[in-house]
Amino acid sequence: MHIPPGYLSSEVAVGTYVVGVGVCTAAVWKANRDLSEKQIPLLGVMAAFVFAAQMLNFPIPGGTSGHFLGALMLAVLLGPLTACLVMAVVLAVQCLGFADGGLDALGANIFNMGVVAGAGCYYVYVFLKRFLPKTRAGFLASAAVAAWFSIVLSSAFCAVELWLSGKLPLGVTLPLMVGIHSVIGLGEAAVTVGVLTVLMEARPDLVRDRLSTRTAAMVAE
Amino acid sequence: MKRNMRFLLAGLGLSLVIAFFLSPLASSLPDGLEKVLEKLLLGEPVEEGASPASAPLPDYVVPGVKNKWVSTALAGLVGTIVVFAVALLMAKALARKKSSPAGRKSD
Repeated sequence: MHIPPGYLSSEVAVGTYVVGVGVCTAAVWKANRDLSEKQIPLLGVMAAFVFAAQMLNFPIPGGTSGHFLGALMLAVLLGPLTACLVMAVVLAVQCLGFADGGLDALGANIFNMGVVAGAGCYYVYVFLKRFLPKTRAGFLASAAVAAWFSIVLSSAFCAVELWLSGKLPLGVTLPLMVGIHSVIGLGEAAVTVGVLTVLMEARPDLVRDRLSTRTAAMVAE
Repeated sequence: MKRNMRFLLAGLGLSLVIAFFLSPLASSLPDGLEKVLEKLLLGEPVEEGASPASAPLPDYVVPGVKNKWVSTALAGLVGTIVVFAVALLMAKALARKKSSPAGRKSD
């Protein structure tokens, strides 16, 4: 759902740039304090994986396609702010290198897919994890549902931005965007669970470090 | 450290395999947003990206490489390496400033 160039009004473009850059600045500040040596390769590899996986569009009913976004997966593994920063790197390379998403819409794309899908939906995941059983299944279910929300919510924000830009009526765009993306979100949930499952086998420490001790102990079993 | 290196190689290798071998197989149907824009803006096809001159590999193809399959595979490979390098350098620059690795837990 990379917004192409020329669709946003300058107010919306600038507003979303300000929020996007603001959150990324906070992320830089936080990473400066907290990013551990161990996370350096994880960050590089996850960014590369997200870029590569985003190229794999899968067809969905209705003559359209979707692809994995990865923002929520990044948030679970790296924390909400770092996830937003990694998404911004991926989106900037896609925009500048591959003309995927407009430069005028880069702020909005970072806002939708980094701030909303990554940083924001991380708290959906945290909320669910609190109420679901502290088990491996509970952990994966929280991530799966939050991953679904990450796609649906960012598509909803996308519809709102096009409406605020005076391009499209919200009443038509919002149901269409949310409808299509609730299907794409199922793919997002599946891939997120898949990656987390593989990582829990291969590098349980990388997953465990991000969980509370109690959940981590259960997940490790 | 050795474990980290192994993870790095495995993860990067997997990403490169995805980008090179699988990306040409991806669906070329319009994505959700493109579809909605097409539908609502009276079927005028959506123009992707900025002007071609500004991006070296517009639409995930290498200009000049005729074979679509090869072109997409190469673009995927280059993009994955660039994103990896940028993210790794950024992480190095951000993490380096810390004096002692022990201490605060990440959020």
